[in-house]
Amino acid sequence: MLAYAIKRLVQMAIVLWAVSVIVFLMMSFTGDPVFMVIPIDSTDAEIEQARRILGLDRSMPEQYWLFLQNLVQGDFGRSYVFRQPAMDLILERLPATLEIVVVAMLIAAVVAIPLGVYAGANPGKPLSRLIMSGSLVGISLPGFWVGMMLIFLFAVEWRLLPSSGRGDTVEVLGIETSLLTWDGWTHVVLPSVTLSLGTLAIILRITRAGMMEVMRQDYIKFARAKGASRKDVLYGHGLRNALIPVVTIFGLQIGDLIAFATITETIFAWPGMGKLLVDSIYRADRPVIVVYLMLVALIFVVINLVVDLVYTAIDPRITVK
Amino acid sequence: MGQILASQFVYNWRRNVSAIAGSAIILACVLIVLFGPLVAPQNPYDLTQLNLLDSYKPPAWIEGGDPRFLLGTDGQGRDVLSSILYGTRVSALIGIAAMLMACTIGTVLGLLAGFYGGRLDAFIMRVADVQLSFPSMLIALFLMSAFGTGIDKVLIALTLVGWVVYARTVRGSTLGEIQKEYVQAARVAGLRDAKIIRRHVLPNVLTPLIVIATVQVGTFILIEASLSFLGVGVPITQPSLGLLIKNGFDVLFSGLWWTSVFPGLMIMAMVFGINLFGDFLRDELNPRLK
Repeated sequence: MLAYAIKRLVQMAIVLWAVSVIVFLMMSFTGDPVFMVIPIDSTDAEIEQARRILGLDRSMPEQYWLFLQNLVQGDFGRSYVFRQPAMDLILERLPATLEIVVVAMLIAAVVAIPLGVYAGANPGKPLSRLIMSGSLVGISLPGFWVGMMLIFLFAVEWRLLPSSGRGDTVEVLGIETSLLTWDGWTHVVLPSVTLSLGTLAIILRITRAGMMEVMRQDYIKFARAKGASRKDVLYGHGLRNALIPVVTIFGLQIGDLIAFATITETIFAWPGMGKLLVDSIYRADRPVIVVYLMLVALIFVVINLVVDLVYTAIDPRITVK
Repeated sequence: MGQILASQFVYNWRRNVSAIAGSAIILACVLIVLFGPLVAPQNPYDLTQLNLLDSYKPPAWIEGGDPRFLLGTDGQGRDVLSSILYGTRVSALIGIAAMLMACTIGTVLGLLAGFYGGRLDAFIMRVADVQLSFPSMLIALFLMSAFGTGIDKVLIALTLVGWVVYARTVRGSTLGEIQKEYVQAARVAGLRDAKIIRRHVLPNVLTPLIVIATVQVGTFILIEASLSFLGVGVPITQPSLGLLIKNGFDVLFSGLWWTSVFPGLMIMAMVFGINLFGDFLRDELNPRLK
């Protein structure tokens, strides 16, 4: 187990290093950042000086070495636009993004798992077919368009919910959250529903596929024969054994949700790090883009590790090698 | 021809309502791609055909609508239906072209990795692993932010995002094939590696790619739409459906819903059709279910 953990940690380090190389290379393609930090009417001498301060006058390998050293020390530089440490800007907005991601996951789980269990246990029934067609529509929809339609219906036509922003927040343990105020919730609902749609459809399909496989097994027949209630057969014996792939996909979906949050946040003007990324891309604000990508890379490798560990914990048949 | 019509595949297809529906939608989209500009009531990018007096007309069946503009017009007096017919072409062609590029590159790399093994294999698969730990959308967004807008750039970004799945699949099947006797016989017969790969391995690893390729066209259409919506996809001179939706978003709050609703429905229909057909193919070609 210890050897496995060490091996995985080394792998994580290598992945993060590879990401840092790619991020560095791509960033050096995106044009000269000097013009982001100096006034338009600067003289040539001032431009040269700015280059020296930013380290842009050095060779590429030297620049990368500097970049890597700063990364390891957690110094990502200052945003060209906000003139604040880029790391602080991202961390400030991280809770808002996690908020809609977590709520979207909950919506997906609560809706998708019961529907998936039903469709998997009763494959031929008309309702199951309806559920499956619905899920196929779900993965065929452009998420941003759904968000727009929700805004149009709930905010423009019916004026029931706000269309943008985060609403009132409360500070808990130093973190701002909108999940504890009524106004906050009215703002959270639409972005979270929009975000959850794709995940919902995928979890539903995985749950159904797992259930269909499990329901054919002898132990299900046995549970029925011994007189277990229908609910007990479906959830106690069926879902429990069909859950392993669902947990894996759930973990991997967190990554997708964080990525799609960029679009959802843009539509709903939700002040999370995804919207910050999109804004920073427009403004060529390099340090902020770098922090976002490195942070997201870190989140992803950690999720992958956790998923693998959870996998072994819930399925005794799998052992780590 | 008779043989094809009598095959199990066609028999199953004819008995499967969703497969027929999916094929019908795909056929309709192909017709739009081929003939859309010919049947469009207007060329939305020919400025001489536009009249600002026609701007923001609602769909024809709504009060204030104009029978010349079935689905209404946008802010420049462009016919929404015509824009959709042109935009579908851009979206669909990007999806198909990017899929072909990703499939070609991924298959070649997968064949090389599986056939030669060793360091080349290790390198290609590590790159694939790193890439697979990130969502496609994020990689594409990042690439486009570095490249800038343009159809060629969207194609490159989608290709870089999409090759991995082919490389992995092909490598797996190649590893299985090269153990088999016919490949060893070809080796003993003294054929060059290139010929063994092309003539013997390649045809036997292609089947699983059909499903992946079909579904990927739909995925690419959605990713391209998202990129264009964020303003880092196609240029405004060649708008895809995603860019039409973006333009519609700006006026949605004024209640002008038709400029974004209809392009969105078109994307949904197109991708839904592809997914329906993809599901059918998956069931047909998956040997585990037979």
